[in-house]
Amino acid sequence: MKMNLRKVLALVLCAALIFALGVGCSSSGSSSDTAADTMASEAAETAAETTETAALSGTISTNGSTSMEKVIAALIESFTAENPGVTITYDATGSGTGITAVTEGSTDIGLSSRNLKDAEAEAGLTATVIALDGIAIIVNTANTVTDLTIEQIAGLFTGEITNWSEVGGEDMPVAVIGREAGSGTRDGFESIVGVEDTCAYDQELTSTGAVVAAVASNEYAIGYASLSSVDDSVVAVDVEGVSCTEATVLDGTYAIQRPFIMVTNDNAELSEAAQAFLAYCTSSEVVDIIANAGAVSIAQ
Amino acid sequence: MNKKYLTEHAMHVIFLVCGFVTIACVLAISLYMIISGIPAIKEIGLIKFLFGTKWASTAAEPSYGILAFILSSICGTLGACVLGIPLGILMAVFLSKMANNKVAGIVRPAVELLAGIPSVVYGLIGMTVLVPFIRKTFGLTNGTGLLAVIIVLTVMILPSIISLAETALSSVPPEYEEASLALGATKMETAFKVSIPAAKSGIAAGVVLGVGRAIGEAMAVMMVAGNVPNMPSLFNSVTLLTTAIAKEMSYASGLQRQALYSIGLVLYVFIIIINLVLNVALKRGNKK
Repeated sequence: MKMNLRKVLALVLCAALIFALGVGCSSSGSSSDTAADTMASEAAETAAETTETAALSGTISTNGSTSMEKVIAALIESFTAENPGVTITYDATGSGTGITAVTEGSTDIGLSSRNLKDAEAEAGLTATVIALDGIAIIVNTANTVTDLTIEQIAGLFTGEITNWSEVGGEDMPVAVIGREAGSGTRDGFESIVGVEDTCAYDQELTSTGAVVAAVASNEYAIGYASLSSVDDSVVAVDVEGVSCTEATVLDGTYAIQRPFIMVTNDNAELSEAAQAFLAYCTSSEVVDIIANAGAVSIAQ
Repeated sequence: MNKKYLTEHAMHVIFLVCGFVTIACVLAISLYMIISGIPAIKEIGLIKFLFGTKWASTAAEPSYGILAFILSSICGTLGACVLGIPLGILMAVFLSKMANNKVAGIVRPAVELLAGIPSVVYGLIGMTVLVPFIRKTFGLTNGTGLLAVIIVLTVMILPSIISLAETALSSVPPEYEEASLALGATKMETAFKVSIPAAKSGIAAGVVLGVGRAIGEAMAVMMVAGNVPNMPSLFNSVTLLTTAIAKEMSYASGLQRQALYSIGLVLYVFIIIINLVLNVALKRGNKK
């Protein structure tokens, strides 16, 4: 009898637990339902507002550059908000992998933060530049250096130049501040300046904001940051005599910059949704979205 | 079959389930760490992984040696212990034996508050106050490094050492101390030769808890360490086991990502060892 009671109790409790789980699931389920409802109604409104009547649908896969993560995420978010029938996936693998993937046809749109090589372009790939990324070289406001050449920058970052007086500054040591391994900004800076894997960092920080803060608090410091994150707390030096602004990045005179590219395969036909997404990313609608994500839009 | 009997059994089952939830969590995490940590170690080679001196995870020819991380973690933790343990024990002696109620009434809540401060706040103060201070004081170019790490960790482990040591000291039977004083020992002699030895298992528990916190801390350390994979040095940027994972995880892929899991596994083994030591220390204390 005693055993039976125990069994009954265990059963009752199990049932209670399952019931609780069920309640939890169903409540979360219903909340997502409401979310979907609101999304749908919003979508209906936008659809009514815009002149495009044909609702796009389908899945677009994108694959490539980790540096473009912010820009792509913002673009995907705004595009899918307008076209709720479309699902866009993004694999952050790296520019090279993205280009390979689009060549092989395993992804619709490849993302690259470098220009296509000749061989890649000849293989039937088309590059569409959606934005430019300017990387500013920043120093402390107390630093008197205002202009550096690419060579000097390379020397400062690799540790060949250890005193600011060697590049026309005051007699004080150099503290090199950069980003962590794997960061897109670090990858971009090092490849453009030609110092891949040879930088002698004194600090590796995990965000652009942290680099700016560290440079702002250390008069010896030199660092790099996306143009959009540079503020008054630090000074962006001129590179080869050209100041780092959106205008100089756009006209190509500022040297430390790279394009953000969407790569498509000429041999594979793009779906209607993918074509629309590509057109959307180069339209003037997205200028602010791209700027907020830290890059310079080419569609001004 | 009365009501009392029913409730008793119901509660028994509920407690049993709660117990199993904890065990299930520990088992799941252990299993996950081992499964995701082993592949990279296999691919890199255990010796090369643990004793390799070069970490260049995104280089054209990547190398994954974490000796610098292990040594920096050990040095940082040891340094924090060297500063924090004497300070913590003396503080506990002061609180439990010397301070009058008024002073203790101010100091004790302050210590408890110290324990409640989030680690990111420690890191923030370390980054904006401590690092520039070290840079100026020692005439350095940078200021980040093990010294900053040790100072931040010392402050962070103090509360756990103080509160456990104080509890242990306060529960020493007053007869011991009275006997010592009656035999002509001074207050100091009594504190150091009678109270502390009598409370040593509790103090040990506090120390091990502090060590566990020091070795596992990531956020505050990441903000003051500089995060360059150098060999440990007081005035040069270092990377610890925790910060090595935290700083690269967001962009890592492939073998780099797997290697970060392996670092997690190494850290996990460290923590397990510390916990075993804690258990042994407590058991030894209970036997007495």
